[in-house]
Amino acid sequence: MHMADALLSPAVGGTMWAASSGTIAYCSAKVRKELDDRKVPLMGVLGAFLFAAQMINFSIPGTGSSGHLGGGLLLTILLGPHAAFLTIASVLIVQALFFADGGLLALGCNIFNLGFFPAFVAYPYIYKMIPGERPGQARITVAAVAAAVAGLALGAFAVVLETASSGITSLPFSTFVVLMLPIHLAIGIVEGIVTAAVVSFVYKARPEILQGAIEARPVAGPPLRNVLLAFLAAAILTGGVVSWFASGNPDGLEWAIAKTTGKEELKGPQHGIHGMLAALQEKIGFLPDYSFKKPAEAKSESPGTEGGAKPKREGSKLGTSLSGIVGGLITLLIVFLVGFLLKRRSQAA
Amino acid sequence: MASIEGTILDFRRLDQLATGGTSLHKIDARAKVLVALIFILSVVSFDRYALTALFPFFLYPAVVLALGNLPADYFVKKVALFLPFALAVGMLNPLFDREVMARIGPFDISGGWVSCASIVVRATLTISAALLLVGVTGFPEICRALERLGVPQTFAVQLLFLYRYIFVLTEEGARSSRARELRSFGGKGLGIKSYGSLVGHLLLRTWMRADRIHMAMLARGFTGEFHALQPSRFGGRELLYLLGWSALFIVLRLRNVPDLLGSLVTGAPR
Repeated sequence: MHMADALLSPAVGGTMWAASSGTIAYCSAKVRKELDDRKVPLMGVLGAFLFAAQMINFSIPGTGSSGHLGGGLLLTILLGPHAAFLTIASVLIVQALFFADGGLLALGCNIFNLGFFPAFVAYPYIYKMIPGERPGQARITVAAVAAAVAGLALGAFAVVLETASSGITSLPFSTFVVLMLPIHLAIGIVEGIVTAAVVSFVYKARPEILQGAIEARPVAGPPLRNVLLAFLAAAILTGGVVSWFASGNPDGLEWAIAKTTGKEELKGPQHGIHGMLAALQEKIGFLPDYSFKKPAEAKSESPGTEGGAKPKREGSKLGTSLSGIVGGLITLLIVFLVGFLLKRRSQAA
Repeated sequence: MASIEGTILDFRRLDQLATGGTSLHKIDARAKVLVALIFILSVVSFDRYALTALFPFFLYPAVVLALGNLPADYFVKKVALFLPFALAVGMLNPLFDREVMARIGPFDISGGWVSCASIVVRATLTISAALLLVGVTGFPEICRALERLGVPQTFAVQLLFLYRYIFVLTEEGARSSRARELRSFGGKGLGIKSYGSLVGHLLLRTWMRADRIHMAMLARGFTGEFHALQPSRFGGRELLYLLGWSALFIVLRLRNVPDLLGSLVTGAPR
């Protein structure tokens, strides 16, 4: 369920970062306004609890496999949407840094997929509608399963959307959806049942905790609308800017640099590393364009010109790809040597 | 199930690496966080067929590993654990993208294989950047850096709380989990029914613990923020670190250094 950095493009990653940080800022302001100074430590400790709970497995009847709690919905039921979103986000940050689940760029996506949908869609619009004033076991279970399934399915769909719009994997969109959704429906059912089991236990033992969580919600204004608006604004802003930069040129960074400097690529004057590289390059008459990239670009941009563009490069392809591989090996060797020497030095010091 | 203790130990080790006293450890956390982010952004901004152009970026993890005096085998092992996942994602590419991109001797290499390899290299680079950031900075420092970079205080403070109690609560969870396992011969009792009350009890204990912690902190004058013993400064060293790495990443992003080197050595056409 975690998105990985390796599958993301900077435009998508950046947009989702903006969306998630906007939501974090909004939720922080909300939690601060609640003026319940017990809440911040409680959130942190419950986040740590989620870690512990995720490590405890249970066996899934009839399948012989085991699963663990996801916990997004459980936290929302206990803490309310704003505080829960912050807690889920911090759990994901720790996971990204210590267990390399996902990654730093994918963090924005993961926080959104795993935090926003349970906290701001599944909880207020599904979970809260079903149990009513004095919920029984059956009602809690139905509500939790429905909410967990909806939250996870939306999250999984968002993963597909984010991956597809990044364009790093060649997996077709529809195939990916067909692969992802059924699995997450099943996971959602299990998650819902487990959440219901924990919630009904807590409800029996300490009903005031759940009651308190429901009442602690601030009454002012529909929270979802504000969050959605904030998110939409952030997404349109960054998405618009980034995709405008990226459109017409798959290399957004190069394009951005061309735009800001008015040149195709950064060409320093006679001095500096760029001047040096340029001089070196002129001497050996080598054009520093990646041999791997060109045909791909021609293919993705205009299928019509593919036939015309290919034969021209066919001749040089072998040569450049060979030099690329040799150069790559040399680079790795240099990197290894640098690391090794620095290590020797820092150990001697 | 024994792996819970293993996971906690592993977590601890990464946490303790950050207590090292090398010059890299002493650099202000903000510079290190920003450099890691710029590194990841430059790596992922390559198009999907970039492969050798990514290799020079291994310089950053190698230098951090060396200057931070971190155990290389530990990080290599940790990163290697995640490569099967990256490979699993990338493996689908050769099935869908069969166009021949390069030829080495008698072998045709399709675009799918190149982009699959690219995904694995990207994953290696980005995962090691994240792990090394923690190894050389430490989580509490990262939280403080985030707060000073503009992250809301509420969020940063509860992140610190979360971190402080992970060790306590995971150990408690591991104990309960082991106790349940010892009582469940042949796997009976590991089902959802007992799980609900096990985790529910853990939750209630956690809740009461949070109350006690809060009262204890109030009694000691907690006003909603943590104070560092030595507030670090963003000085010239930090600026140099940030600008130096950023410049290098941008150059490496715009120039394909391995291609350049390769053509120097092989004297390739063009």
